[in-house]
Amino acid sequence: MTDPILKVEDLQVTFDVRPRGAWPWTPSLKLHAVGGISFDLNPGECLGVVGESGSGKSTLARAIIGTVPTSGGKIIWQGTDLAGMDERNRRTHRRDVQMIFQDPLAALNPRMTVGQIIAEPLVTHKPDTPKDDVRRMVAEMMERVGLLPNLINRYPHEFSGGQCQRIGIARALILRPKLVICDEPVSALDVSVQAQVVNLLKDLQKDMGLSMIFIAHDLSVVKHISDRIVVMYLGRAMETATSQTLTTRPEHPYSQALIASVPIPDPVLEKARMRPVIQGELPSPLKPPSGCVFRPRCPKVQASCALERPQMLDLGKGHQVACPYHEAHDVLHATA
Amino acid sequence: MSLLRIEDLRVTFQTGDGPVNAVNGVSLDINAGETLAIVGESGSGKSQTAFAVMGLLARNGAATGKALWEGEDLLSMPQKELNKIRSREISMIFQDPMTSLNPYMRISDQMTEVLMLHKGLTKSAAVKEAIGLLDAVKIPDAANRIGMYPHEFSGGMRQRIMIAMSLLCSPRLLIADEPTTALDVTVQAQIMELLGEVRKEFGTAVILITHDLGIVAGFCDRTLVMYGGQIMEEGTTENVFAKASHPYTLGLMKAVPRLDRAQDKLDTIAGEPPDMSRLPKGCPFSPRCDRKLDNCMAEKPALVNFADGRRRACHIDWKEFA
Repeated sequence: MTDPILKVEDLQVTFDVRPRGAWPWTPSLKLHAVGGISFDLNPGECLGVVGESGSGKSTLARAIIGTVPTSGGKIIWQGTDLAGMDERNRRTHRRDVQMIFQDPLAALNPRMTVGQIIAEPLVTHKPDTPKDDVRRMVAEMMERVGLLPNLINRYPHEFSGGQCQRIGIARALILRPKLVICDEPVSALDVSVQAQVVNLLKDLQKDMGLSMIFIAHDLSVVKHISDRIVVMYLGRAMETATSQTLTTRPEHPYSQALIASVPIPDPVLEKARMRPVIQGELPSPLKPPSGCVFRPRCPKVQASCALERPQMLDLGKGHQVACPYHEAHDVLHATA
Repeated sequence: MSLLRIEDLRVTFQTGDGPVNAVNGVSLDINAGETLAIVGESGSGKSQTAFAVMGLLARNGAATGKALWEGEDLLSMPQKELNKIRSREISMIFQDPMTSLNPYMRISDQMTEVLMLHKGLTKSAAVKEAIGLLDAVKIPDAANRIGMYPHEFSGGMRQRIMIAMSLLCSPRLLIADEPTTALDVTVQAQIMELLGEVRKEFGTAVILITHDLGIVAGFCDRTLVMYGGQIMEEGTTENVFAKASHPYTLGLMKAVPRLDRAQDKLDTIAGEPPDMSRLPKGCPFSPRCDRKLDNCMAEKPALVNFADGRRRACHIDWKEFA
């Protein structure tokens, strides 16, 4: 068994929030964006992270690349804790972990040419690379992501959303990273273009042996690309399972509700589906409910759910669920 | 007779880069109580079709053709007449519930304004009716919360308020433009369920404009697929999804990742959506179509009936899709 490339142990990220109009001596409120998440990521694996807005999935990504300070727990990158890393290791970590962002145009500097944008990580991390090599590598990478290399001197605004996302992918991969974190990489794209980018990411991941964390709110896309999926809700992991198990035999009431809510583009199936719609909306992360955070919306809620935070139960084969009342249920094919 | 009949609608915007043809000859009918989906990607002209009908085009836009509301043309109607039909007969809900509510006005004032103006109710009667509608869209504690401002509500709640507002004058047609795109998927399910209930209860016809094939599948009787400002095909939702008769529809269906299937690789449509200021001369989809014939680039295919209730615009024989 290989060692995981990334281990996240009980990770917590807390932000201080000053309420508007608060007195200077009033203590800040604590917003627990990520409230204790643990998972392992194996080399070459794609881990999907799915959750609704405010579930803490983007904060999780930012903590792993080291742009938000953590307030508890550990992020262990190739055996070394990120918090205690020396400057040299930190630089390697920055090189080996790259990110692809949601808004493809906003993620690119409008004053730089495509060539400069893609070459920038290379120039920063390997300043000794000869200019000719940089140019050759950029051209190769452009071709690899499906951009014509003769567009190298163009500026981002001359490209469509899908092409901009390809530029972002090329920039992330030019250093041959070990881990790529994709934060909603296709949610700004049209369906027909989205499929192109999803296929590209999947191909690149396989060819380059990348580990990947794929964050999105669209469960259908996450399931398509990921080996395993973590379902997040209000900063906590509700369930972790292989994509197949999660979509066909979800155990956690929230996973079940999420899957039941995803519409399937098939009128016959969709009109026959039994859909227990969960009521209510995500509670404020400033005042999370006691015990299980999903409790106020949960159809299976018990009195004990308010008392303490449910333990992550291991069901074997990498399937974990944070609910003592879990029960497998194929909501996808349930009909009325 | 159909409730709304659109005939050869064209919308053009004058921009610094020359005219942009957003809608190029759209014709459609919607009957009382029916649900029609207009599906398309960004720039397909689906929203501008609705905006033109409602007289809401941006200042640099102009619409030609006809939009007949029970025989009367909305496009050539004086503003005053149009105002009577909008809101009383047709109402619209938009994608972003925050920007379509006035942030400076209490919900009560925004809602009663409509009732007092269009129905001539007194303030107290209007408030009472508004509360009733907020109850109908399941806003908890409506009697107290009606005095709040839009920012005090969550996105899902705001969309419920929008739906309540659109129902104030019991319209016969509701145009919903991407009503759930800004919402989370569990809230989306709630809103779609609510729209379904509203439709049943009030007998309202609904035009649902969306890019999401999933919500169309569960909600609409009839589906119309748009691309490049034109209708590519139309039919009952079951037919369009199961027996697509146009290469674009077929491509779109295959490009969507599905939760209920294991797919190794998604089928893609090559290329990018067209530049609306430089549309190809022939079929707008022809540059991306993998089955195009010789005349597809040069000649625009006409939208023709080819089976009961089905229309398509494609040079390829429809039997090849059967």
